[in-house]
Amino acid sequence: MTTAILLAIIVLSGTLGDLAVARAMKGIGSAGDFTHPRHWPHILGSALRHPWFYVAIALMTLSFFTLLALLSREAISFAIPATAISYAAGALGARFLLGERVTAKRWAGVMLVCLGVVLASIG
Amino acid sequence: MSTSLRVRTIALILLEVAFASLGELMLGIGMKRIGPVRDWSLPALGLDFLRVITSGTIWTGISLLLLFFTCYLLVLSWADFSYVKPISAVGYGIIALLGYAVLHERVSPIRWVGVACISAGVALTSQTEVSTTGGALP
Repeated sequence: MTTAILLAIIVLSGTLGDLAVARAMKGIGSAGDFTHPRHWPHILGSALRHPWFYVAIALMTLSFFTLLALLSREAISFAIPATAISYAAGALGARFLLGERVTAKRWAGVMLVCLGVVLASIG
Repeated sequence: MSTSLRVRTIALILLEVAFASLGELMLGIGMKRIGPVRDWSLPALGLDFLRVITSGTIWTGISLLLLFFTCYLLVLSWADFSYVKPISAVGYGIIALLGYAVLHERVSPIRWVGVACISAGVALTSQTEVSTTGGALP
């Protein structure tokens, strides 16, 4: 039961942390050609001033320390494959919280990656 | 969609994955050199902490992980999260291939199937649009 709760906290806080970073960066990179290196110092400076960035850091910190707690109870060969579900959770969050268009092709890619991470970790 | 945008995005994701893998490797090497915590008394933990923060290998690992996070932030400023996250899983495949080719490690058939699934998933995802929102969030 404790393992299931720890796993849920890792997946939820880790995914929400990633989504919060993406949310902050989408707000910053909304105009212009931000793929060019000359814009990068401005992007990084803006990230450090964005409130979502600090929400993300808090959530990722929670996820990291919960992972350490899980690793103290379970083998890494259980912990890493079990967290592979975060790839699917991330795609769901991106669709409903960030408004990204997750097409059938992208869903197929995400599911293959989930399955692959489980197999590569237990293999 | 511009091919150069796709190429630049995938190049930055690959750089991100390389920094993350090397950073974790350096942290692993650094912590193995320091050894496991055996004595949990405060002075002994203080000494272990001092060993960690004075280790060049640990600082190299931390610097590489900071570079990974910088690349991650930059790529998310223009690309979809649901595009970047699955493609970043390519690191699992690269580590298995490097283990097999460079360190001559035995890779089990199940692991090869996993690497094939990840590669197929990464290939499928990389063919989708890099950004579907236009970065329009305030």
